[in-house]
Amino acid sequence: MIKSKPGIRKTDVINRRMFIIGAAKIVVFAGIVARLFSLQINENKKYLTLSDKNRIREWKLPPTRGDIVDYFGNVIAGNLKVYQLHIIPEQVENFNYLLLRLKNLLELSDKKIQRINKLKAELKPWDSIIVSENLSWSQFVKINNYLYDLIGVKPVMTISRNYPFKEAYTHVLGYVSQPNEKEILENEVVQERFVPGMKIGKLGLEKRLENHLIGTNAIQRYEVNAYGKRINQLEHQKGEQGLKIRLTVDTEIQKACGGLLKGKAGSISVMDIYTGDIIAMYSSPSYDPNLFLFGISQDEWQLIRNNPLKPLVNKTLSGLYSPGSTIKPIVALSALENNVINTKFKVKCTGKMELYGQTFHCWKEKGHGWVSLKNAMKQSCDTYFYEVSRLLGVDRLNNTAEKFGLGKKVLGEYFDIEKKGLFPNTKWKKNNLGKGWVLGETLITGIGQGYIQSTPLQLCMMTAQIANGGYAIKPKIIVDNNPLSFEEAKQSMEKGLLYDTETKSFKDKKLFKDKKNIKIVQEAMFSSTNERFGTSYRSRIDDPRYQFAGKTGTAQVKRISKRERELDLELEQIPYKDRDHALYVAYGPYINPRYALSIIVEHGGSGSRTAAPIAKKLFKLIIDRHDLRNKQSNFERITI
Amino acid sequence: MFQNDRLNNEITLFEKIKNLDYILVTSVILLSIVSVFVMYSTDGGEILFHTKNHFVKLSVFFPLMIFIAFFNLKFWHNFSYVFYFLVILLLIWVSFFGIKSSGSQRWLDAYLFVLQPSELMKVAIILCLAKYYHRLKIENVNSLTSIVVVLSIILVPIIFVISQPDLGTSILIASSGLIILWLGGVKIKYFIYSFIAFLISLPFIISFLKPYQKLRILTFLDPDRDPLGAGYQIIQSKIAIGSGGFEGKGFLKGTQSYLDFLPEKHTDFIFTLFSEEFGFIGSIGLLLLYSIIIFRIIRIGSISRSNFARLFCFGYAFAIFIYIVVNLSMVLGLLPIVGSPLPIMSYGGSSMLATMIGFGIVLSAKINHKQIIS
Repeated sequence: MIKSKPGIRKTDVINRRMFIIGAAKIVVFAGIVARLFSLQINENKKYLTLSDKNRIREWKLPPTRGDIVDYFGNVIAGNLKVYQLHIIPEQVENFNYLLLRLKNLLELSDKKIQRINKLKAELKPWDSIIVSENLSWSQFVKINNYLYDLIGVKPVMTISRNYPFKEAYTHVLGYVSQPNEKEILENEVVQERFVPGMKIGKLGLEKRLENHLIGTNAIQRYEVNAYGKRINQLEHQKGEQGLKIRLTVDTEIQKACGGLLKGKAGSISVMDIYTGDIIAMYSSPSYDPNLFLFGISQDEWQLIRNNPLKPLVNKTLSGLYSPGSTIKPIVALSALENNVINTKFKVKCTGKMELYGQTFHCWKEKGHGWVSLKNAMKQSCDTYFYEVSRLLGVDRLNNTAEKFGLGKKVLGEYFDIEKKGLFPNTKWKKNNLGKGWVLGETLITGIGQGYIQSTPLQLCMMTAQIANGGYAIKPKIIVDNNPLSFEEAKQSMEKGLLYDTETKSFKDKKLFKDKKNIKIVQEAMFSSTNERFGTSYRSRIDDPRYQFAGKTGTAQVKRISKRERELDLELEQIPYKDRDHALYVAYGPYINPRYALSIIVEHGGSGSRTAAPIAKKLFKLIIDRHDLRNKQSNFERITI
Repeated sequence: MFQNDRLNNEITLFEKIKNLDYILVTSVILLSIVSVFVMYSTDGGEILFHTKNHFVKLSVFFPLMIFIAFFNLKFWHNFSYVFYFLVILLLIWVSFFGIKSSGSQRWLDAYLFVLQPSELMKVAIILCLAKYYHRLKIENVNSLTSIVVVLSIILVPIIFVISQPDLGTSILIASSGLIILWLGGVKIKYFIYSFIAFLISLPFIISFLKPYQKLRILTFLDPDRDPLGAGYQIIQSKIAIGSGGFEGKGFLKGTQSYLDFLPEKHTDFIFTLFSEEFGFIGSIGLLLLYSIIIFRIIRIGSISRSNFARLFCFGYAFAIFIYIVVNLSMVLGLLPIVGSPLPIMSYGGSSMLATMIGFGIVLSAKINHKQIIS
């Protein structure tokens, strides 16, 4: 027993120590259970979310843009199904063979092949490479025929922007194309919805209304593995098409404008004189916006860029021209309003006027003799208007002109390229040129030359505001939520009020002091077109249904030297660049007028010879479509 | 006593089978079945390489465990030092002729299978030290010579294993060895002093660590510092376990492992997959199964009459406990990542072999629990 004592003692030590360890074990296991509990029960939601984040990935698909329609509901910017060709590299057996086959079938360039190879190296093998964005139908059929031999190739149908009227609306709508990095970052909505291959508005209303047109992405949810490969599709969430936007424009008239200005550089604007609706707004020459959708080729781009008639310039909104004689109605109105002249006031035109040793010429060398306001307007006598503006002074003239919208943007909030032009006064010259105003400058301002610069749309609006009896209108190109019908607009004007959409109240929008003065100017414009010796008499329409009143203008682009004046060259003998711009502003029908227009033909010679005949052709169409336009109900309400 | 001795020596095969610890054997069988199913899940719900191999290993090593159990405990007592030296020889062999894989040299090519001797050392050191303390008189436990001897027994294999390099296994070997020292009766103050000394020298130890080991410690302290690199494993493991929730995602439905977000899901992170698919309930069940195994081993130790058996059982129970704790703490983000398999569950032949040898010796101790070893 004594012998075995140490053995027993040793066993005791072992057991005691085991007991301590056993207790420690329980504590440690309890700790692990606690940790499991905290991860799996307490924080389960958090980790479940993280796990879903791991395994579920969303793929955004490009949103479908909203349509843009004209006043009659014709789609002018729509969406078209296009056929694309994708390659999924991981499914391809022999990549080089496939490329060779595709090269022959689609006539791909070597550069394109290089691009595809580069993309293949950059992308994951299960990401598709877009070989062609826009297959023609015959190419699509060809590919489908050989599909058995083209393993890894996927013909895909997708949607792309389309402009069915091609160049007709380019300067109104602009176009869409793939955005660059800066453009994505600039617009938060685009940034959020951007997916490769998506196109955004680059110009015009497409750009301005981007956030309304863009639409929302369709979303596909996939389960992916740790390497990002899609395992299976979980959900497909449909996107919403962007807003449909209705414009005030009339495609028939817009197209006619394009036809009338074919081969010429210039612009036509047509406006409803009561509602301010822009019926047409065409800048010539134009170009086909569809060319930009899939990236324009270098050759085509150079052709547009280097065209001497400058198709890229929106002449209606950002072309600045001297208004020439088309300013004369405003000069006359200003003089009448300020009681500088009356209808009996006469000036003797000898063909020129001397002032401080400087000679100011009338366009008619022999002179017009004694002319009253009506005759001066009819025959566009420069001497009469030199004298009237001398008496009136530039500041009072400027006051009237600015009231009628000169020197201010017409549609500024919609087109950032719009220019505001310039109507000078003494203060402007002092501030900007640092020199005092010279009386001679007043004289040439009175015939629309010199510092004065205006856009075609400004001249159109000016004419519309004379035509409607002298009331301010707010031109618009988008049919908004509560469009005022023309009757409502006209009635409120006759009461001397105009409905203001911004403040939603009727406001006094009179631009005149005495209604009589407007009438005098209107009559003078009528005689200019419809009476013998009128400058646009040859372009008149006698049928009172279409009869219109207007004023021609011929804007010099350079000073006429004495020698040139003596030579009296024919238009064809003058170099194109030196020829005068031809202008014409008009409104009609003369009884119960509805529409105003302005026409500018760059280097067209004279207003009466080149611009006024265009108005004659156009007015018939505009008035013929008047009833149709009236009947058109406001079928859709949108909020912009 | 004499009677007993004689009885023990004349124990028949039938009695041996009768005296097997059926609770332990059943638990091991249960654990094996679970491990095969989990391995089937790691293979994506198909019987592929890992499932097949794991099953084959189980069907070889489980009979081996029973075979070992039928040896007389005295044989294991006598064989202890030899076993230890054999494993040391294998470790030396590995350091010269071992197979290199991902920067470390741990494996031997044994033609039929690949052996990792450091795993065997986890059992050998317990066996060796159990015998040493069994023979050591209690008066000499705290003598300088005995302390030096046991520390050398522990340090020699550790030096080989650490130079492979394999920090995880060396820590497990060290803790298996130290626990026998503790059980053997080495003064508690020595443990306290060495622990303090360890804390003080920790900065120096860290400066000797390999860059990837330092990175693991940094990553453990803040897994989010490199979520796609060093911290990836631990973050994904926590996501998998946490997203399992109470009931789990269901067998074969663990998205984290199916979609390959889980690293090393067959080996060190097998518990992560299990816990993702079977949830909190499953994890507690598995822990319970392990607890039963540990408890049974302790129970066998406490009924053993020889201190050799007692020391081995207690030591081995603790070793199993440590393997589980280190592995679970690692996958739960409580410890830095050190390679350590989960016994039986993890894929790996050497680990399973060592575990089964240990169980076999424990079972042998049960059969021969009345035996006294002089």
